Amino acid sequence: MLPYALIAPTVLFLGVLFVIPLVQTVALAFQVKGGWSLDNFATMADDLNFHDAVVNTFRLVAVAVPLQLVFAIGMAMMLRRIGKGRDLILWIWSIPLGISDLAAGLVWLAIVNDQGYLNSVLFRLGVIARPESWLTYETPAALFFAVAIAEIWRATAIVLLIIVAGVQVLPKEYGEAAEVFGASPWKSFTRITLPLLKPSIQTALILRTVLAFEAFAVVMAIGGRNFPVIISEAFTWQHFNNDSGVAASYAIVIMAISIVATLVYLVALRTPAAQR
Amino acid sequence: MLRKTLFALSLFASIGAQAADPVVFLSTQLRPLEAAQTVRTVILKDFKPGAEFVPEQPAELVTRLKAEAQAGKHTISLIAGVHGELQPLVPEGILTPLDDVAAALKDRGFAPDLMSLGKFGTDKQLFIPWMQATYIMVANKKALPYLPKGADINALTYAQLAEWGDALQKATGKRVLGFPAGPTGLMHRFFEGFLLPSYTGGVVTTFKSPEAETAWTEFAALWKFVNPNSTNINFMQEALMTGDVWVGFDHVARMIDALQKQPDDFVAFPAPAGPKGRGWMPVLVGLGIPKGAPDVAGAKALIDHLTRADIQITTAKVAGFFPVTSAPLPTDLDAGNKAAVAAIQKTGAAIDGIAALLPVGLGAKSGEFDKAFLDTFQLIVLRGQPVKAVLEKQGATVQRLMTETAAPCWKPDAASTGACQVK
Repeated sequence: MLPYALIAPTVLFLGVLFVIPLVQTVALAFQVKGGWSLDNFATMADDLNFHDAVVNTFRLVAVAVPLQLVFAIGMAMMLRRIGKGRDLILWIWSIPLGISDLAAGLVWLAIVNDQGYLNSVLFRLGVIARPESWLTYETPAALFFAVAIAEIWRATAIVLLIIVAGVQVLPKEYGEAAEVFGASPWKSFTRITLPLLKPSIQTALILRTVLAFEAFAVVMAIGGRNFPVIISEAFTWQHFNNDSGVAASYAIVIMAISIVATLVYLVALRTPAAQR
Repeated sequence: MLRKTLFALSLFASIGAQAADPVVFLSTQLRPLEAAQTVRTVILKDFKPGAEFVPEQPAELVTRLKAEAQAGKHTISLIAGVHGELQPLVPEGILTPLDDVAAALKDRGFAPDLMSLGKFGTDKQLFIPWMQATYIMVANKKALPYLPKGADINALTYAQLAEWGDALQKATGKRVLGFPAGPTGLMHRFFEGFLLPSYTGGVVTTFKSPEAETAWTEFAALWKFVNPNSTNINFMQEALMTGDVWVGFDHVARMIDALQKQPDDFVAFPAPAGPKGRGWMPVLVGLGIPKGAPDVAGAKALIDHLTRADIQITTAKVAGFFPVTSAPLPTDLDAGNKAAVAAIQKTGAAIDGIAALLPVGLGAKSGEFDKAFLDTFQLIVLRGQPVKAVLEKQGATVQRLMTETAAPCWKPDAASTGACQVK
């Protein structure tokens, strides 16, 4: 009886704050004027920003998540070699984690907008003759680049922390054995460290990918309406167009994508039972 | 003795005032954080027993009041919204008639036109005017030498504005016209109240007329001289003060900072005219009391407070909305406000003026209505799609919204008996 009593608050918490809103969202998305209907999804798919939003979202995830993983693993490996000051470096690297999404977006906006630091620096160096606009509908490549960099800067820390935690519990024996047999550092990294880190990488990828599909505040701050993503469209439909049905449809799309992405990682990066 | 009694009375009164709940005052206007704070700390400062100012999104006003009426649990005593936002409350029977308030405040000198708008065509006074504004243009004085030859800045046409933008681009190498097309900007009002009425004399009925095609084609041509950052601009005052924009269009309340902080650098003037006249959108904010309001007496006292001459002038000074009563503007009004008032008066007095009301009767669909204009803009102007095809498709959306809401035409479209029709 006791175990059930102990998990009851969690179940209740998730039930009230997750399952009920989920059911309500599904009802909103699939109902029009009280009847079951796919009209909301039709409206969504027919909207002029839908295609852009989907493409932008996937592009952002495809660019940001792999880079974040590479950076995080690289940083974690560097930390391994550092003795003194390791904690300080880790602490500094985790700063973006403590900053809210929106604040991070605004920091990068202050850097890349017309009067931003980037323009000032380039102007002082004589690279540009006058402030350039990087964030307009006429400069989609620069805009994407700015959003991607901000998103990578903001969220690499969470991947890093998960990887660092994984690295800390790696058994030393395998590495030492590899060294004894004369394996190069690269070989021991790809053949020993990476495979052993797989569970951590899986966790980090699931978490990061799901959150990257939901990127919102950073994108809104830097891209505004020039860079629609799925979540920002959900926000626009709810907040500006006052159509909760279409907004809920976008939410369902995001949920479906997140579930599929999670399943893909679970299958692709699974650790066979024998190795656990 | 008398002094002691008075002291005791005032003490008693102040205790009473502290005990009384503040009047809950819901407003769709003055929502931005700073503006709302100004309302609380300046405009409502001296009001006893105090008021709680609650800003609310326009589309949620109706939802919230309907929900309160259905639940029978009323929290809001006074509401403020523009004419078109309050209108959907009328068929719902949510607004209390305020003829007694109107009679009591007769000597405030409300403009009769504004007062009659508060009746919504009924014989009851359903809101009391609070404040008014419109959209104007503001230009950096550096831009004035490049005005087209023979152009009168106070009677500009869209063709001249385009010429001006062209000349400015040639002179500065930059595109310095500006429109508030950012995510929370009011760009849709430019189409609904200014561009389309100026070219077509209507908004809904003429949505896909040949005149509308001309309007969009010419506006797309003019856009070549518009700062591409316009799609990030929410408040024109910031872009004006940084110098990104030299000639900008926006709601006066969203440009007043530039005029007040740098009165020597900027001039204010009416929006341009098109072939049919000078389309403009008067914005009248009214005060209404919902049926079942918990504190009707407090709400009436607050209406009295907000329409007092000194508060009307304070509102003009701090919030960028102007008096609806005969309250004389003080001679010590700052230069920025003076410029704004002059531009608003010139707009209202223009002989070719076509007043276009805010959309009326769309209720919760007004967001989608605005979207139709913003989508049209995005497709034609930003993405360069064929004008006729876009207007055809978006016209169907507008027609659907009209049919669903059964909203009759509003000015400048000619009155209709049933739902307004896109011709």
